[in-house]
Amino acid sequence: MKTTQLSRAIFLALLVAGSAQAAKTDVTIGMQLEPPNLDPTGGAAAAIDEVVYANVFEGLTRFGPDGSVLPALAKTWEISEDGLTYTFELQAGVAFHDSSAFDADDVTFSLERAMAEDSTNAQKQLFANIESVENVDGAVVIKLKTADGNLLFNLAWGDAVIVAPESIETLATAPVGTGPFIFKNWVQGDQIVLEKNAAYWGEAVALDKATFKFISEPTAAFAAMMAGDLDAFPNYPAPENLPQLEADPRFSVVLGSTEGETILSTNNAIEPLDNVLVRQAIAHAIDRSAIIEGAMYGYGTPIGTHFAPHHPAYVDLTGKSEYDPEKAKALLKEAGLADGFTTTLKLPPPAYARRGGEIIASQLREVGIDTEISNLEWAQWLEQVFKGKDFGLTIVSHTEPMDIGIYAKPDYYFQYDNADFQALMESFNAETDEAKRTELLQQAQNIITDDYVNGYLFQLAKTGVASVKLKGLWENSPTQANDLTGVYWED
Amino acid sequence: MLHYIFKRTLILLATLFVASLVVFVTIEVVPGDPASYMLGLNAQEDTVAALRAELGLDKSRPARYWTWLSGLVTGDFGTSYTYRTPVADMVGDRLWVSLPLAIYALVLATLIAFPAGVYAASRRGGITDTVVMALTQLGVAIPNFWFAMLLVLLFAIKLGWFSAGGFPGWDAGVWQAMKSLTLPAIALALPQASILTRVMRSSLLDVLNEDFIRTARAKGLSRRQALWKHALRNAMVPVLTIMGLQFSFLLAGAIIIENVFFLPGLGRLIFQSIASRDLIVVESVVMILVLAVVLVTFAIDLAYAWVDPRLRGSR
Repeated sequence: MKTTQLSRAIFLALLVAGSAQAAKTDVTIGMQLEPPNLDPTGGAAAAIDEVVYANVFEGLTRFGPDGSVLPALAKTWEISEDGLTYTFELQAGVAFHDSSAFDADDVTFSLERAMAEDSTNAQKQLFANIESVENVDGAVVIKLKTADGNLLFNLAWGDAVIVAPESIETLATAPVGTGPFIFKNWVQGDQIVLEKNAAYWGEAVALDKATFKFISEPTAAFAAMMAGDLDAFPNYPAPENLPQLEADPRFSVVLGSTEGETILSTNNAIEPLDNVLVRQAIAHAIDRSAIIEGAMYGYGTPIGTHFAPHHPAYVDLTGKSEYDPEKAKALLKEAGLADGFTTTLKLPPPAYARRGGEIIASQLREVGIDTEISNLEWAQWLEQVFKGKDFGLTIVSHTEPMDIGIYAKPDYYFQYDNADFQALMESFNAETDEAKRTELLQQAQNIITDDYVNGYLFQLAKTGVASVKLKGLWENSPTQANDLTGVYWED
Repeated sequence: MLHYIFKRTLILLATLFVASLVVFVTIEVVPGDPASYMLGLNAQEDTVAALRAELGLDKSRPARYWTWLSGLVTGDFGTSYTYRTPVADMVGDRLWVSLPLAIYALVLATLIAFPAGVYAASRRGGITDTVVMALTQLGVAIPNFWFAMLLVLLFAIKLGWFSAGGFPGWDAGVWQAMKSLTLPAIALALPQASILTRVMRSSLLDVLNEDFIRTARAKGLSRRQALWKHALRNAMVPVLTIMGLQFSFLLAGAIIIENVFFLPGLGRLIFQSIASRDLIVVESVVMILVLAVVLVTFAIDLAYAWVDPRLRGSR
């Protein structure tokens, strides 16, 4: 009798355990960098958006997994004939996580805060063309200074999310948004936990709980994956052991692309790099495939211009800078530098720069260009290279989406000053017709390639590792985010 | 004695003041601006200026030094630029990882080193002694991060007994927390145990050659009895000194092991803060460590004076 009871109890326990396993609703996600704080409107760190974008905070519009701009807190919008006035109809029944209601006043507050004189928004330029934001009978009316085809795209950035005036003070440590997940707690240096927002206005999410764990050391990331501590590592930091993870039946490795154009940035304002022939020579001296193979273990797509290859407007211009050391030497001779020259190559910490830098240095040496390599921390790089413009060459990945506009800023660190290009970008910004916009973007790509502004290396790959049963994570990275709204466990 | 304490206290305060100056100046001359670091590549110049003003970075260096120093005196360590939380809270959280880890590692090291050292000393020249000495040689020579990775490979990946790293926090329960500190503590303890064993052994051997041991033997004690009753206590002095040094090393110097096991400890906090130029955190944490070391030295000075009355006079 007793034995039967016991076995029944065991059976029941197993049943409960079994069903609990089938209905797994929590996920643990690995990230290499910990966000410094959780306010996406007050800092540029990608790690902030990787936790809160689309999960905790939402904007009027948002990016979809393929990079398209989708409605979010704005249900619909209308654009006036002249392209100067946008009227956004907002979603109804939306509340912030502290239960306060969301309305048009929150939108005007958020956008005005980002545009303000003393704003500390890292992407303030996104809002530069906005003349005014008003609440008109519960709808949001945005008036622009000039017609601007980028507005909906700009509003989808993490830096443009809608926040409540009451929670501004604590955004950095206890964010309050409108998203499908609520911030639960943060063990600094270790993890951040989000929980399902039961009162979410939109489609309910499948997960009850999401934990982000921060593991900076690539070997530790590998160990944590192998030990089963993590369910996914969407931006896996050690490409060298991807084959090993791929061979493991527990995991799937997903290769996608990011918005990161990795370039050999060139100081266009110093001798002899101000000579287009010299820059062209550098472009031909570089063997992209050797860099992708040697620095990135083969992960990365070659690019010939500053544009993402997965974008519909991309033009493949790699042919204009194919690997040809002889041609490079001839170009140097034409520029009057038959004996070559010496310049600096300043490298920030990421592996693409440190490993890629050494390969590029040896390739440049082949054609007679000597480089003095110095390894910098990010803070030093920002000070010396980015702000001080004290460099010849550097390697960096520009991860903002659609950032070809930086070539229209003559005081940007690589100091490219071309009036034609600046005029072209102005007409692009004012253009709202998609076909014409594409055409202008393609012209822009051609101009910077023909001017050999920078050495264009490759598009950074997104190398994700996840449990085979975990579905719905983004394959590509149109913006730096870990959108969990569509993530679920397969039975 | 009072005069002596007064003098020592004055020296302590002067040391702290000089240290604060040195720490501030050294860290401020490092190039890099926290505001530009936080705002990234697309930020406009007026935005960076606005953030600098918000963080108080637009004030002059002497003014900032004064604000920081007067804060320290009243126990206010400032607010982190990047994390936007009080430095005191952050250090408090990290200490709850670093302190238990250091104690755990030191306890493990002691538990290994004492028996091993005593045993080796009592069997001097024998096979056991040779084996123990060879093992400690190995323990000192193996880099502890590499040993840590081997531990992870075996116990986390192969056997699945432990997680590969991380720290769930004490809220998750003492058992869970201790479990997550176990592999790091073993990795940290190995070299310390090896050093301690060697010190223990040689210190014991020194004492065993002293006259009073010969006297003890002469009055009829066996070698082992002499060792336990007389030698051990006298051999402890150098061992305790080493343990004290090891403890302060473990508290702040476990940074590599913290990285291998992604533990949120004090070492990693300093490391991260330097990278992000969170100067106020670096300055305050370093000052707290300086304070700890200075206080320990102060206590030892007092203890010496208590033991040795000659030190109390005007020196």
